[in-house]
Amino acid sequence: MISAYPITPQTTVVERLSEMVEDGSLKSEFMHVESEHSALSACMGASSIGARTFTATSSQGLLYMAECLHYASGGRFPIVMMNANRSLALPWSIYGDQRDSLSLLDCGWIQVYAEDAQESLDMVIQSYAIAENLKVLTPVMLNLDGFALTHTYEVLEVPSSEDVDAFLPPFQTPYKMDLNSPKNMAFSSGPGDNMQFKYQQHKAMLDAIDVIRDVDESFFRLFGRRYGGLVEEYRCDDAEMVLVTLGSITGTCRVVVDELSQEGWKVGLLKIRFMRPFPEKEIMELSRRVMAVGVIDKDISFGYEGTVFTNVNSAIAKARTGILTMNFIAGLGGRDISRQDIRQMFLHLQEGLLGLEKNSMQFINLRVAIDE
Amino acid sequence: MNRPSITKYKTPVHISEYPVGPCYQAGHLVTENAGWRTEKPILDKEKCTGCFYCYLCCPEGVIFKLDGKIEIDYSFCKGCGICARVCKSEAIVMIREAKDGADGC
Repeated sequence: MISAYPITPQTTVVERLSEMVEDGSLKSEFMHVESEHSALSACMGASSIGARTFTATSSQGLLYMAECLHYASGGRFPIVMMNANRSLALPWSIYGDQRDSLSLLDCGWIQVYAEDAQESLDMVIQSYAIAENLKVLTPVMLNLDGFALTHTYEVLEVPSSEDVDAFLPPFQTPYKMDLNSPKNMAFSSGPGDNMQFKYQQHKAMLDAIDVIRDVDESFFRLFGRRYGGLVEEYRCDDAEMVLVTLGSITGTCRVVVDELSQEGWKVGLLKIRFMRPFPEKEIMELSRRVMAVGVIDKDISFGYEGTVFTNVNSAIAKARTGILTMNFIAGLGGRDISRQDIRQMFLHLQEGLLGLEKNSMQFINLRVAIDE
Repeated sequence: MNRPSITKYKTPVHISEYPVGPCYQAGHLVTENAGWRTEKPILDKEKCTGCFYCYLCCPEGVIFKLDGKIEIDYSFCKGCGICARVCKSEAIVMIREAKDGADGC
């Protein structure tokens, strides 16, 4: 069952899906609703009878869903949703950054960020296998950078329906409405039991770490592509300085890391694929091998720092390695992050290591002076 | 007829004893819930014709037949008074319930 409400830059996805449902090439119900709040509510209803469900949204639409996001994760409905990362008003803008999903990091959903079109497609398939695993039963939010991934064309391999069906058999769950075994679903719980259900959600998210790896491996065996679990390291083996990325900016960073490596710099990048569950172990381990970690945030928690940085820094603090960490706020409201910007970030990291740069947080390419 | 029954609540000592998320078999009742009732329906069995219309209208499903006679399950009756209101034979009246030695006024 698909239920969605259109919003730029998600619209192309649900338009195409509705065409596929109409022409019969996709066997699904398509439910038209009057809002994102209703779209996700409809998915919960369908999911409660054991149906496989999908919705997609973006930006303000995701925020309008916020109440239902917590309902869906608390109700353990394994819904898969695509979110086209887009900035938040005000000033109103349709262009991309990641403040929408990152501001909802605590809503109990698994959060994946895709780098390119192939990973986006593959992760839709993988996301169902992760969400529907009975140890997990947690909804998945698959994040695609608005326009960079939603409105560009790339050559990609589309797996056959037969192969996808073999990888993803029909969803079977005992936790559904059933006339032969009536259930009380999505019930309330007082202070005496409520916290235990929250612990369950936390545990399920932690259990998802192994499931994510296993699903990626079985996907590789069938389709020949794998992405490597919670993170992907790129040229980190002998790196001294590493940039942490999320989403499509990873592609540009790979190019810059290649260029700088040729120029003799010891640099690498760490692509975070899952913000929840968070790759704490992987980041702790990386911090034991490198001298400096910079985090690109296409978001900001006003009055503090970027949210990805807060999470990365917390893991590094637990490793007690005391390495240099820096936060680069970039690309807000759809501003392009250029190769030159990424070189600038590595330069800041090097200056930090030399003790020349004291600010741990920088706005990259702000275009105006901010000296008092 | 199936009547709801109280299951004794066993306090879980391990997380595995909790249901997976808020989803459990329907009708699992661990307490009565008639405590908020201020008025109680009383059935006059002489006036009652056994038409069972009260059963259809009761929002809590507490009216049932036993040996062909209408009975009310006071463990789950919330005292809404709909049964008394709809009874064409006026066989059900609502009476104020006295509580904790109060005089019922």
